Amino acid sequence: MSLNLFSAKGTPVEKQRFTWRDLVGKPISKLDDDAFTRVRIILMNGIEQECQRFQHMAARKNRGLRIPLAQVRRVEQHQATMINWLIGPDHSPLEVTIGYEQTAIEVTAAVAQREPDPYIAQAYRFGMLEDFDHLYRYSALMDRMEGKDANNILQCYTDILPGRPTIVEHRAPEDDVREPYNKDAAAPITKLHALTIVAAEMQVNQYYLNIGPQFADPMARQLYAEIASIEEQHVTHYESLLDPQESWLEQWLLHEATEVYNYYSCVQQESNARIKAIWERFLDYELGQFHFVCELFKQYENRDPMEIFPGDLPEPIQFASQREFVRQTLLQEVDMRANGTRFVGRDEESPATLEYRNHMNSAGSPSEIVAAGYIWTPGSELTRREALAA
Amino acid sequence: MNEQPKMGMNRTGVQMSPIDTNQMLDASTMMPVTPGDESAIADLRSSYIVEADQVGSVPPPGTVKGVLSTGVSMLTGNNPNLLLDKLGERLAFERTGTRLYEALITKVQSLERTGTMTVSVEKLMQIRDEEARHFALIAEAIRSLGGDPTAQTPCADLVGVESMGLMQALTDPRTTVSQSLHAIMVAEMTDNNGWEMLIALAQEQNHDQLVHSFNTALSHEREHLQQVQSWLEQAMLGAPIIH
Repeated sequence: MSLNLFSAKGTPVEKQRFTWRDLVGKPISKLDDDAFTRVRIILMNGIEQECQRFQHMAARKNRGLRIPLAQVRRVEQHQATMINWLIGPDHSPLEVTIGYEQTAIEVTAAVAQREPDPYIAQAYRFGMLEDFDHLYRYSALMDRMEGKDANNILQCYTDILPGRPTIVEHRAPEDDVREPYNKDAAAPITKLHALTIVAAEMQVNQYYLNIGPQFADPMARQLYAEIASIEEQHVTHYESLLDPQESWLEQWLLHEATEVYNYYSCVQQESNARIKAIWERFLDYELGQFHFVCELFKQYENRDPMEIFPGDLPEPIQFASQREFVRQTLLQEVDMRANGTRFVGRDEESPATLEYRNHMNSAGSPSEIVAAGYIWTPGSELTRREALAA
Repeated sequence: MNEQPKMGMNRTGVQMSPIDTNQMLDASTMMPVTPGDESAIADLRSSYIVEADQVGSVPPPGTVKGVLSTGVSMLTGNNPNLLLDKLGERLAFERTGTRLYEALITKVQSLERTGTMTVSVEKLMQIRDEEARHFALIAEAIRSLGGDPTAQTPCADLVGVESMGLMQALTDPRTTVSQSLHAIMVAEMTDNNGWEMLIALAQEQNHDQLVHSFNTALSHEREHLQQVQSWLEQAMLGAPIIH
């Protein structure tokens, strides 16, 4: 069933209210809830935070929009809070990290298969294989530092295997900037995909930057430093897919539509009834915010928002294991590299990237050290070793 | 106190997804793995350990009396810094312990209304008050040595790090009373050992007055541990284990 952005008005912005008790409800169960409930929570928190960040930037450049931006942004803040606070306090920062990487892999893989623009679909597959490797490196850290099995979080939906090795993901900044879509020619879904993935990656980047120094173990501190740097590259990579010719208001409208589309996807697939009710409430809130911005768009740009979204919203993002697609991509594209805006073979990287990478790795590679000889085994690699020793 | 864990839809284990697990295991050699083992991590950690600074320092005494007593103590071959550091550790632990008991009291009181609770709130409050008195006792001992009881010494900082998990376990609304008692037992066992070490150290440095008052505190702490163990056994087994 598809949704038309203009057929439902949602909750008016002035009626989008919270209490502190609302914001801090019961968290999900790390043990009993489905891993994709956590994936949706992580994704939607990332999308809310992206919207809030964007609206702050917009306020700096648009005096006339400052009050309406502040009004919507306050709601986004509280939506982000309510969603992010659903993560239970028994999740260690490293367990949350595993959840973030699972979200990045499964959502990017799902989006890559639906993306109609072949260059942009390639960009998603490219980034996804790098996040896939991060999951493997963090799983090794979790097993070898905390003595825990990352699969307790992943619930067998996502493989724990090396991807494009993190050690070779380090590129010169100019080799992370891609070609944007064309705002006048791109399908609406292309725009929604790009904002969804950049939101998820920005969240990961910020999370690693904040949480990295919370670890005592220098191994963890180094690994978070290294992977946070790749996430900065990924934000650069995905952010550059957006057309810089879009006006501030057009981008605001796209942000609101991205939120509607993602909440709509969550509502369709949520297995936890209590969480589903939150997605339904926020879908209505986002429709209200979308229509609020539509009025501003008409007023300031004298344009019809239906130009940008001519039909129904596309089919929801699939929240399901993309194992086969990921494996197929891994086998076909693990050796792919980037040079400028192009995706190239492993021997075609730029001298700038090779020089940058060699220097960054010259005092040791955390991602190689942490996973030396690591093969995921249910219940920890210790299980396999003890079995061999017996 | 019916707090038996329920059987339900726990999704963490591989038995919940046997087909997917086999697929994951079959693919384990699909991609090349960097040769080696955890010794690479040990080497990295070691390189930091040998270069590391300490967590911090014990502050110098802020009073004339403290300067004199520290100087005398050093001349007689004692290590006043170590004693002040361990006093700071006990102070921090007793202060946190007081708060841990307050969290447990709230949990017991909240659940008491809904079921049969064998843990006595009155007894918990008594233990909480004793922890608070021990905090005050240590603060006074530090002052008597010319030290600053408001300073956070290195060992005080580290017991804070160690106790973070206990605080998380106790303040989580989802944890049961027996799960909370388990966390409190970890604290009490550590605390008992901490007081014994502190008394030995004070004895070695000839602080007889401190030894006397600390022994009284230790006897309270032993009672706390016994009481907590007994509640926990009752919660788990229906009756305390006869030792």
